[in-house]
Amino acid sequence: MNGGAGVTAVVEASGLGKRYGRRWAVRDCTLAIPAGRVTGLVGPNGAGKSTLLNLAAGLITPTTGTITVLGGRPASGPAQLARVGFVAQDTPVYPRMSVASHLRAGAWLNPRWDGEQARRRIDRLALDPRQRAGSLSGGQRAQLALTLAIAKRPDLLLLDEPVAGLDPLARREFLQGLMESVAEHGTSVVLSSHLITDIERVCDHLVVLAASRIRLAGKVSELLASHQRLSGPRRDPATLPASQEVISESHTGRQTTLLIRTSEPVHDPAWTARPVSLEDLVLAYMSRPDEGAARRPRLGVVS
Amino acid sequence: MIRFGWLQFRFQAAVALGVLAAAAVALGVTGAHLNYLYDSSGLAACAPHGDCAALTSALLARLRGYGAFGMIYWGGIFALYGVPVVIGTFWGAPLITREIEAGTLRLAWTQGVTRVRWLAVKLGLTGLASMAAAGLLSLMVTWWASRVDPLDPYGMNRLQPAMFGTRGIVPVGYAAFAFVLGVTAGLLIRNTVGAMAATPVILAVVEGAVIAWVRPHLIAPVRAVSPLNLATVQDVGINVGPPASSGLFVDAAPPNPPGGWLYSSQVLSAADRTSLGPEPRACAPGTGRACLNALGRLHLQQAVTYQPASRYWPLQWAELSLFLALALVLAGFCFWWIRRRLPG
Repeated sequence: MNGGAGVTAVVEASGLGKRYGRRWAVRDCTLAIPAGRVTGLVGPNGAGKSTLLNLAAGLITPTTGTITVLGGRPASGPAQLARVGFVAQDTPVYPRMSVASHLRAGAWLNPRWDGEQARRRIDRLALDPRQRAGSLSGGQRAQLALTLAIAKRPDLLLLDEPVAGLDPLARREFLQGLMESVAEHGTSVVLSSHLITDIERVCDHLVVLAASRIRLAGKVSELLASHQRLSGPRRDPATLPASQEVISESHTGRQTTLLIRTSEPVHDPAWTARPVSLEDLVLAYMSRPDEGAARRPRLGVVS
Repeated sequence: MIRFGWLQFRFQAAVALGVLAAAAVALGVTGAHLNYLYDSSGLAACAPHGDCAALTSALLARLRGYGAFGMIYWGGIFALYGVPVVIGTFWGAPLITREIEAGTLRLAWTQGVTRVRWLAVKLGLTGLASMAAAGLLSLMVTWWASRVDPLDPYGMNRLQPAMFGTRGIVPVGYAAFAFVLGVTAGLLIRNTVGAMAATPVILAVVEGAVIAWVRPHLIAPVRAVSPLNLATVQDVGINVGPPASSGLFVDAAPPNPPGGWLYSSQVLSAADRTSLGPEPRACAPGTGRACLNALGRLHLQQAVTYQPASRYWPLQWAELSLFLALALVLAGFCFWWIRRRLPG
């Protein structure tokens, strides 16, 4: 976990699926999240981000497939638990316990607890240690939850929508604090959000989830380099070279705009090629029809 | 983890200690006075077949004169049935549901402690505290009532079904069971209010079922057959039931085994049969002298099934063990459940 260039995976999933009743929250999920990176997990609400993170934290068990975290089964024992920090959705803390009690409990429950760092963070955030956690603001509560997760000195930090309820200022402070700690200890991070701007600010690796399936995964810089937005006179996308995969298309009366994936430069003079933004890229993959679903036979009434 | 468990439980523990301390003061002061009244009544030195009965009724009349006596006597019984309910409802049911609802289970279960250990500490700490609280209260009430219970102040000795679970060590078993029952209800219902509402109902059903159907069989009762005391005969007639049982019918007041628990009493023929034969002619006009004489010539017997007073402690241990076993089974289920069924 020394920030190696994505050689080792901190989270490895294979054929992973989780079903609640008849609904699949995550299905057919195969991915490897590299060590030493800050990975963003993006997707609309209900896409399966929380389920995936809860599976990685060992709070729930898979219905199908396997998931390995830091080489072990999630929550398989105290040693495994000590290596993974988790900030759950809505950053829960014990409302009736004081800030100081949370830190004390953290020290009791975690063998690698860094009390010095926890105190420093609480000082810097200007939190009153005697204050009850229930009376903290949303941003303060999130910071307390992050402090608890960071001070346990995990090798992997999982954060489930940690900034969802925060105002822009608190959001920036939270992400800043996170990045400082990550830089200091070389912790691997997986962070979920439904806001691309948050991801853009801190993540160097990206996983896009939509409708319980993975749509895109890769290094942010490589993803941006391998996609382009083309615009030009109206034209059938089927006439493009095989090396250019169309991710999304839109047409007006005279003009066609495409978002394509290609590893080669586009030389066709009819097109104006522009780089894509991360937001364009994510939106294009999220709105793309579900390939997995399309391949399966469908039963239904044709109207 | 134990320190963390204590950190979360200490407020409830303080409340329980406060209540127990208040009970100790109330029971201690009135109990000391009760002992004084008993000692000065002369009952301790009375002759068993002489003045005991008169001294007993004099003392009981005096005690009933104090409003507080009946209040504490019945209050103690009520409290010992109530404490397990309160423990199950307010300690057991919210133990895990509150964490599910606040989302803190996801915080607790991602610390460096496995959830099995987490549950073991939570169940162990609060469960032992529940047993200690109920045990201490029972100890105090049992001490308070130790002088008056043998006198049956309200016609109930400590083996009677309604009294049995409010003295001695049985309340410890009720408290342990009630607590784990609350936790289990919380795990299955996953809603604090729902679990808090369900726990007292299930507890009452289980306790009632045990009292009615299980406790009588924990230890086989004693069956004693003795010649019928004609002075206890209350009614004589003809049994007009099914043909097999038609014939003489005698109703006699059951003997009262002192300090015991009577199951049933039955009049039998000289040959140990339930069928008493034809009704003597002398009894046709009614239960007169001649009828009783005629009954006397039949050498009827009375069979009594009961638990003698000496069975009190064996029965206490048996019922305590039963409820502790039930609590352990439920606790085992809780462990199984949190290892398989998880939040989310």
